[in-house]
Amino acid sequence: MIPDKKVISVRNLVKKFGSFVANDNLSFEVCEGEIFGFLGANGAGKTTAIRILSGLSSPTSGEVIVAGFDAHKQPEQIKKNIGYMCQKFSLYEDLTVKENIMLYGGIYGIRKQVIRERTQSLLERLNFAEYGDRLIAALPLGLKQKLAFSVAVLHEPKIVFLDEPTGGVDPITRRQFWEMIYETASRGITVFVTTHYMDEAEYCDRISIMNEGKIVALDTPAGLKKQYNVDSVEEVFIRITRPGKN
Amino acid sequence: MADIPIISVSNLSKSFGDVRALKDISFSVNEGDIFGFIGPDGAGKTTLFRIITTLLLPDKGEVTVMGADCKKNYKEVRRNIGYMPGRFSLYMDLTVEENLNFYAIVFGTTVKKNYDLIAEIYSQIEPFKNRLAGRLSGGMKQKLALSCALIHKPALLVLDEPTTGVDAVSRAEFWEMLRNLKKYNITILVSTPYMDEAMRCDRVALIQGGQLLSVDPPEKIRDKFSRKLFSIKAFEKYKLIMALREYPGTFTAYPFGDSVHVTFKNDMYDASLKDFLAGKGVTEVLVTETKAGIEDRFLELMEKK
Repeated sequence: MIPDKKVISVRNLVKKFGSFVANDNLSFEVCEGEIFGFLGANGAGKTTAIRILSGLSSPTSGEVIVAGFDAHKQPEQIKKNIGYMCQKFSLYEDLTVKENIMLYGGIYGIRKQVIRERTQSLLERLNFAEYGDRLIAALPLGLKQKLAFSVAVLHEPKIVFLDEPTGGVDPITRRQFWEMIYETASRGITVFVTTHYMDEAEYCDRISIMNEGKIVALDTPAGLKKQYNVDSVEEVFIRITRPGKN
Repeated sequence: MADIPIISVSNLSKSFGDVRALKDISFSVNEGDIFGFIGPDGAGKTTLFRIITTLLLPDKGEVTVMGADCKKNYKEVRRNIGYMPGRFSLYMDLTVEENLNFYAIVFGTTVKKNYDLIAEIYSQIEPFKNRLAGRLSGGMKQKLALSCALIHKPALLVLDEPTTGVDAVSRAEFWEMLRNLKKYNITILVSTPYMDEAMRCDRVALIQGGQLLSVDPPEKIRDKFSRKLFSIKAFEKYKLIMALREYPGTFTAYPFGDSVHVTFKNDMYDASLKDFLAGKGVTEVLVTETKAGIEDRFLELMEKK
């Protein structure tokens, strides 16, 4: 992680839908190579913020710079410089592993020769050689997740957004996945994780917690646990989003 | 009836074509327990629950619920079970109240008769009783589905991944609701892919690849971890993991939240560890002995398979 190199810089971001304020004056920064957890209860405003950060929606007001581009004026450049993985929808089930890689490589405008080279090295790195010609539908969940992640960073984006990346897999597969995330971050790619599973949050360098449109906490997992004097991020989350009940 | 288990499963096997979903499974569940099945997707949890709820037939083995055979006496078994499948089986085009009434009538009872049992849960969604189930939030659907599964006052409640996809606050509330049901002496069978939920159960079965890895009270699972476990932190986590894997004294090294959980071949480490790590460029290293959690034990059991 390089603390003084910011790849996401958000200042006073406001997003309104009519009179409803979905993002209420958000300000935060994310560094190059950082693993940043973006947490919040359902309806807290996470999805709205991510859509803005990934160039799919424009802010009502405030400054949002992603990978050096302005979310107001340059959403197309933002899209080219980010990757996105969500557990359910990122791969085409009725295409093979190789076909999926070709498709995504093509969408991101990578030259055919380069796609071929990257496909080869990717299959080797994942010990995937025997799976190259298999349909996605026939792969175990753990392999699908690893492949989906690899495809999301195929074009070497500045930032990759992960939506609940490790739900439902066994503890070993899950750790192999986090090691891939660490490896990616160590190459300088920023990993932006959204999840409502607090045990995933424990793996991040820093986390933010949203509640009712605002960021109400932002620190390292250890820092937050210390501040609230509890043992897990889950307890921090419950203290913040359900005050008075615990 | 303390001696008769509510559920008794012996030598149960089930295959789908070439896939062996359950391999020779045996366990029993005592009355009044919250019994958890913890394992990843594809471990066999749903298949097992479908057999217990008489929705699937086993290939081999005996399964009884309150002494009644799940194959021969399936009608009797069904009367005693409240089942909440993974995707809530609510009728989305009926209202909240209509759903509840429907489940009561199907089981030959009325909402009024057993209202005390669901009062605490249902009262939270009662203000929306005229809303269509399809228009409820996830947390509210979950509460309605639980009310529907309970309305005939079953002796056994079977919940298949009730907390998957639900936010942390709703998850905590859901476990509180289950705890509160203990006073009615309802036995609860519940599955989850989340290891941290094990601590909420009286007994826990760890399941992986169709096989039971262990069945124990949660605190015992942790105690059974067979080695000394160390938590190691450093500024650069990835470098730390890679270096630990190369260190000759390391037995296992897994990332674990903000640290790496490590066991050593001799159950201890010496000064050579920090020297080795420093040689790999890993600095600011902090080593502490730690207590194993459910997930550590699950990993250990998986390695032995």
